[in-house]
Amino acid sequence: MMDSSVKIINEWDIVAARQLGRNVAKELGFGIVDQARITTAISELARNIYLYAGQGEIIIEKVENGAKKGMTIISRDAGPGISDLRKVMEDGFSTSGGLGAGLPGVKRLMDEFSIESTLGEGTLIQSVKWLR
Amino acid sequence: MRKTIYQYVYSHNDEILNEWIELMRKEADERAIQTMSDHMFIKTSAEFVELVMSNFSESVEAFHDRAIEFSEKIVRLGWPLTMMTDGLRVFGQIVEDRMKKEGNIDHNSYVEFAAEINNWMFPMYKTITQAYTTSWERTVSLQKIALQELTAPLIPVFDKISVMPLIGTIDTERAKQIMENLLEGVVNHRAEVVLIDITGVPVVDTMVAHHIIQAAEAVRLVGAKCTIVGIRPEIAQTIVNLGINLEDVTTTSTLKKGVEQALTLTSRKIVEVQE
Repeated sequence: MMDSSVKIINEWDIVAARQLGRNVAKELGFGIVDQARITTAISELARNIYLYAGQGEIIIEKVENGAKKGMTIISRDAGPGISDLRKVMEDGFSTSGGLGAGLPGVKRLMDEFSIESTLGEGTLIQSVKWLR
Repeated sequence: MRKTIYQYVYSHNDEILNEWIELMRKEADERAIQTMSDHMFIKTSAEFVELVMSNFSESVEAFHDRAIEFSEKIVRLGWPLTMMTDGLRVFGQIVEDRMKKEGNIDHNSYVEFAAEINNWMFPMYKTITQAYTTSWERTVSLQKIALQELTAPLIPVFDKISVMPLIGTIDTERAKQIMENLLEGVVNHRAEVVLIDITGVPVVDTMVAHHIIQAAEAVRLVGAKCTIVGIRPEIAQTIVNLGINLEDVTTTSTLKKGVEQALTLTSRKIVEVQE
């Protein structure tokens, strides 16, 4: 199993994370639409790190579950954490004047999605896209 | 002691160079070796060793200039900085080992030798690192300027119709420029319809969409219509998945359709000439 990560410190690291994700997705044989979904999801997660946590990392792993193959995107930061998880998963909720479609959007773009967050400690988001 | 080292290094120039090349091949960062041909590697290595030697014979200023010139070349060739710092370390090691073996230094003179070699090496580390990072920073800032130049031009294609082709990643800085160029251009070109072409934008996430929506809204406020063209099928799907509402913005799949629509909006059309 190969995995790799990109540290998110400035805005251009978002592009680096996206690039890595696109390459892995291509390698695994995802189609163009799924590649776009995966890179967009990475873009959202990485941007959240950059905007709200300051820094963190995006980890990309290939996963296998029986005959199923896919890739996991993990977003990890030691930022302020999220106070109301239910709220950030609602469409249209934003603290920064954005569209508020980021996290619920990622959930819809990917097949599996889980989020853990502790105030003052950070946030961990894991999501999986399976190859069909 | 300084003189002894210099004389030793000077008279064993070739052997030291060969040993240095051999050691660096083994130790150095693979990136440095893969990126250049054998011939180039040897030539550049020779220049590096020559640079180190010149530190003995030349004035501080002359060495400084030489280091800057060499660093610029190295940056262009894509040698990492570690290649230069490792190179210095290896060079010092070779001189020490050889001089020890040949009896030029013994227990008594070793302390003096070590001090002298440190005196020689440390300013070089500083100069070389500084020269390297300066060249590197210069390259980066030049590229930034080059990128800015191709940021977001607004091109008038017909009377009242202008196109803004966007290519590449849209970051905050660029989004600002897009907005400025767009509004300024709309007023200057007296455009009634503006087509923003996103065919060349690799990823449309919520931030990019947000900026595009804002740009379209601002264009509406100055009295023109804005159409987003070049929405590729996969981008359309991700936009839907993200749940972004683009209802208030007109969109088309290709620039061609956008131009046709814009002509209709301004009560014109393209007709074939009858011979």
